Amino acid sequence: MSMLKEKFAQLRQQQKTALVPFITAGDPLPEITVDLMQDLVAAGADIIELGIPFSDPMADGPVIQRASERALEYHVSLRDVLEMVSRFRQMDSETPVVLMGYLNPIEIMGYQNFAEQAAKAGVDGVLVVDLPPEEGQEFQQIMLQHGLDQIYLVAPTSTAARIERICELSGGFVYYVSVKGVTGASHLDIESLDEKLKQIRENTDLPVGVGFGIKDAETAAAVSQVSDAVVVGSALVSRVEALADQPEKIGAALRETLSNMRQAMDNAVHK
Amino acid sequence: MVTTTEKMIGNYPDERGHFGPYGGLFVSETLMDPLDELREAYQHFMQDEAFLKELDEDLKHYVGRPSPIYHAKRWSEELNGAQIYLKREDLNHTGAHKVNNTVGQALLARHMGKTRIIAETGAGQHGVASATVAARLGLECVVYMGAVDIARQEANVYRMRLLGAEVRSVESGSKTLKDALNEAMRDWVTNVDNTFYIIGTVAGPHPYPAMVRDFQSVIGREARRQMPEQAGRQPDALVACVGGGSNAIGLFYPYLDDREVAIYGVEAAGSGLDSGQHAAPLCAGKPGVLHGNRTYLMEDKDGQIIETHSVSAGLDYPGVGPEHAWLKDSGRANYVAVTDQEALAAFHDLTRIEGIIPALESSHALAYAAKLAQTMRRDQIVLVNLSGRGDKDMHTVAAQEGLKI
Repeated sequence: MSMLKEKFAQLRQQQKTALVPFITAGDPLPEITVDLMQDLVAAGADIIELGIPFSDPMADGPVIQRASERALEYHVSLRDVLEMVSRFRQMDSETPVVLMGYLNPIEIMGYQNFAEQAAKAGVDGVLVVDLPPEEGQEFQQIMLQHGLDQIYLVAPTSTAARIERICELSGGFVYYVSVKGVTGASHLDIESLDEKLKQIRENTDLPVGVGFGIKDAETAAAVSQVSDAVVVGSALVSRVEALADQPEKIGAALRETLSNMRQAMDNAVHK
Repeated sequence: MVTTTEKMIGNYPDERGHFGPYGGLFVSETLMDPLDELREAYQHFMQDEAFLKELDEDLKHYVGRPSPIYHAKRWSEELNGAQIYLKREDLNHTGAHKVNNTVGQALLARHMGKTRIIAETGAGQHGVASATVAARLGLECVVYMGAVDIARQEANVYRMRLLGAEVRSVESGSKTLKDALNEAMRDWVTNVDNTFYIIGTVAGPHPYPAMVRDFQSVIGREARRQMPEQAGRQPDALVACVGGGSNAIGLFYPYLDDREVAIYGVEAAGSGLDSGQHAAPLCAGKPGVLHGNRTYLMEDKDGQIIETHSVSAGLDYPGVGPEHAWLKDSGRANYVAVTDQEALAAFHDLTRIEGIIPALESSHALAYAAKLAQTMRRDQIVLVNLSGRGDKDMHTVAAQEGLKI
């Protein structure tokens, strides 16, 4: 059983929704990323989503773009990211790690090489933002061969036919992009979200996570009542940004933000 | 007047936008359905007689097509080689080939019921061409432009504002064209219901490379008809500059099946290919994925996109249209590069000898054409796409000579 599957089974038993924080690897300093990942687990993270820095993050809002820029000042490469996961794995063998990024750094490393190294480092799933199922067949085959889950996005604009197809191909969980827009956008509408998630669940037994636009504990709690996982990115990364010059304070800040979300989610009356 | 109703040739791209291994649809899920909608609308209207008639009328009366072909006799004489002919896209309304595409896409936007136009721009030519057609159709227009480009292309920024467009400064990344494109995509993904994104070159996700090519190939279709009338036959070689590659594909595409016509795309070698300071992905880059398609890119060993350098802002782009990548690999077209200095020399030559001030982008094509002509016989013909005029470049050229105007 994959670690993601195991984690979601566990949470289902405990009637809990997964809390999935996102940070960009190497932001603001490569040497503190592994510590930050542990801070996130201590504050209640169930799964960690780690961003691979890219020079042209087309689907991201300004907060996560700037995180990539800060990491790239230190030339953080995909190999460096895998190295970080590997070090994290030595200290934590239970928290699944999902990499999120864009295709070009993976393509230049080579699909096969990437999959081997990622599996070896202890990566559990990969979400490639600009690789829709239509272009992803070869990559998916190789991911499967190495026991890695490929996570696909479903968007508000996805048609019924696309949702069906994406659900068929997804591994680990299905990631619903809750707003039309880039990461960090606002205006999340819980009611229409619930409807869309129901539509997705008609097509799959996989857990459904929700991300893009979850900016505080209140939203996290509300979303946790209709979803299986809540992904929080920009809200955390903007705290990293505010403390980029005082990196020693970032861990505590992330713990604070995330544990507030955890609490709000756990206190919310469950579905 | 050659009409757009003439059959489009060639079998590429395939149904999902692939030119061999290049092109495709590499975007986030949110854009998949809007791109599908665009593809369907585009395919529908390109078969629609009324739409095509309207497009032809606009190209004729608003853009000023057909653009003439001019025999640069004095320059050819001086070079003492093949005869150089110029396809005068510089004489189009707004001063460059860009408007052929924006007229087409804006018309499509209106037929799709979109009320808002967005565009990215580098040198400002595509931004101006987009603002122009938006003004004419009464559509709201937002143009994304890198902060660095805004600083070096003030006149075009002002032109866009005069035309009623909002110019938004892009402060992320390298603050140039590629970042403007990222930002326009972000806008589109957010406002996809009412917004039409007019991409200015033959890059981006399917159907853009094919759609922009089809709108621009009016250049080559006209040339194929004009050359026999004017020179008695088709040219031996075609030469065009390649940034994203829209003017080049516009000239090349209708000639692809004419195997006896040699094709040359000219990239910007900046300070020289060996210097690393250039914008020549086809000559010195490698394949990768950026801005929705697989193509040749300027990237580092980790797959990060690197900054480009060219005296010409319009060629300052780290990628290139996927069809050019395919034409390179298939051997149908040759891709070469000329330096800033060579392009500037050609700029001055054409200005002094023929009384035509070319855009710095087009000057790259002229520089290579001059070299090529000198290796050919005097009864042979080189047709150069003079893609734009140089008015916008006065500041840059003067600065090269230490002058401030």
